[in-house]
Amino acid sequence: MLWRRLKPTALALIVPLLLLAFWQVATTNQWTLLIPTPYQVGEYMVDFAVGGIYDDAYSGTLLTHLLASMSRVYGGFALAALFALPIGLLIGRLPVARMLLDPFLQIMRPIPVTAWLPLSMILFGLGAKSAFALVCLGAFYPILLNTIFGVRAVDPKLFEAASMLGCRGNAQFYKVVLPAAVPSIFTGLRLGLGLAWFVIVVGEMTGVPQGLGAVIMDGRTLSRTELVICGMIVIGVAGYISDRVVVAIGNRLLRWSPNHHG
Amino acid sequence: MAESPIIEIKDVSKIFKLQDQTITALSGANLSIAKGEFICLIGASGCGKSTLLRIMAGFEKPSSGEALMWGKPIGGPDPSRGMVFQDYALFPWLSVRDNIAFGPIARGLSGGEVRATVDKFIDLVGLQKFATAYPHQLSGGMKQRVAIARVLANDAELVLMDEPFGALDAMTRERLQDELLEIWERTKLTVVFVTHSVEEAIFLAGRVVVMTPGPGRIESDNALELARPRDVASPEFNDIRRVLGAKLHSHHSKVASAPAAA
Repeated sequence: MLWRRLKPTALALIVPLLLLAFWQVATTNQWTLLIPTPYQVGEYMVDFAVGGIYDDAYSGTLLTHLLASMSRVYGGFALAALFALPIGLLIGRLPVARMLLDPFLQIMRPIPVTAWLPLSMILFGLGAKSAFALVCLGAFYPILLNTIFGVRAVDPKLFEAASMLGCRGNAQFYKVVLPAAVPSIFTGLRLGLGLAWFVIVVGEMTGVPQGLGAVIMDGRTLSRTELVICGMIVIGVAGYISDRVVVAIGNRLLRWSPNHHG
Repeated sequence: MAESPIIEIKDVSKIFKLQDQTITALSGANLSIAKGEFICLIGASGCGKSTLLRIMAGFEKPSSGEALMWGKPIGGPDPSRGMVFQDYALFPWLSVRDNIAFGPIARGLSGGEVRATVDKFIDLVGLQKFATAYPHQLSGGMKQRVAIARVLANDAELVLMDEPFGALDAMTRERLQDELLEIWERTKLTVVFVTHSVEEAIFLAGRVVVMTPGPGRIESDNALELARPRDVASPEFNDIRRVLGAKLHSHHSKVASAPAAA
């Protein structure tokens, strides 16, 4: 009984613990001198979070950097959703919009966010605006593509059902298309938010003073690998928690959908 | 019987164009349906029975000929003609209640009227306990009950059913057949029911229209004089089954002897 309850957690921990063990062995045997031991990183993480150990420029600043990054992740994500949802609905429903926008967007899509970095700094300047723009760009395409897919994949029978029940024309958009597309749109939002976290380091290469990406870039310039690893871990954990929250919201919102329980 | 028929099909043909092929789904069909009749359309696949039903629903327009309801051409889907689909076509994001309320709301009834209508038809199909369930939580039989209630809640005069019990197990099908007959007798609706089961047609219908494929056409129109409730094991039932079965397969010999014309 107890084992059945603990099994998922136990299994999930195996790979991280193996990695940790390998890391420990590799660093104590000095296979590399440039990477600190897990203990050193752990100690630094505590200092990064609450200070009191090294008391350098980064001690006790975790929350500041985390909040700065979160504001860019969620801000850029919200901006992306604001653009991608209406454009996706248009492309999905109007052939003219599809012919007008789809080829252009398909060509823009493979260009990685990293490649946009220089142009973004020219267009939006050094700093927060550029970071927003890059995160927004990263989150834009998954939301757009899933929205398009969602509104195009509505079961044609449902339109017939709606029209024989007296719901015709534009009313079908609100009563059939939108609700039917919600699971897909939701998947797009979830992927988009994940990508927003994914591109935050690039977004914060734009010369912002605060943020987890900025911390990692500083760590790189200063050759402080423990700082880099701490930043990586915080991004991973924050992104994970953020995703779990979204999944929990989705499970509630999409109770009606048989294949939407993450 | 001076009353004009509810539905008149006058020399209706339907031709579908698929790429460079043209397919005659229905050829020269004539049919007149009086109010309160229970009619079964029966035939092998490709005989045009579903096409004829969809023309009555207003989902398809005749390529030639006329489809009339109360003497007026059928221009498109309308709440007065409700359709029950084989694969239910319920709105998966709406609860049982809200699925049944969809039509009344689309027709602009007040909140109180909607609630009263929904309650009445949930009772009629015996789904009180499942009022708040979502379609994916229901069995096939229950889903089809909701689909029937949804059509009845819309004051449909004519109920069109496209192999509604085809996907159900035998036991559930028999129960729903009984329930449907009970509803029909109580409400004096007009029902057009498509099936490929001779037995189902004889059990339900006052008139069985036999259709044959290649091209789809009406082979014969058979009034049934059997008393209700009907006993599928009785000799009279079996006599009719034999006669209709022969008509159903009459096209085989023609197809075999005719030069490849189709």
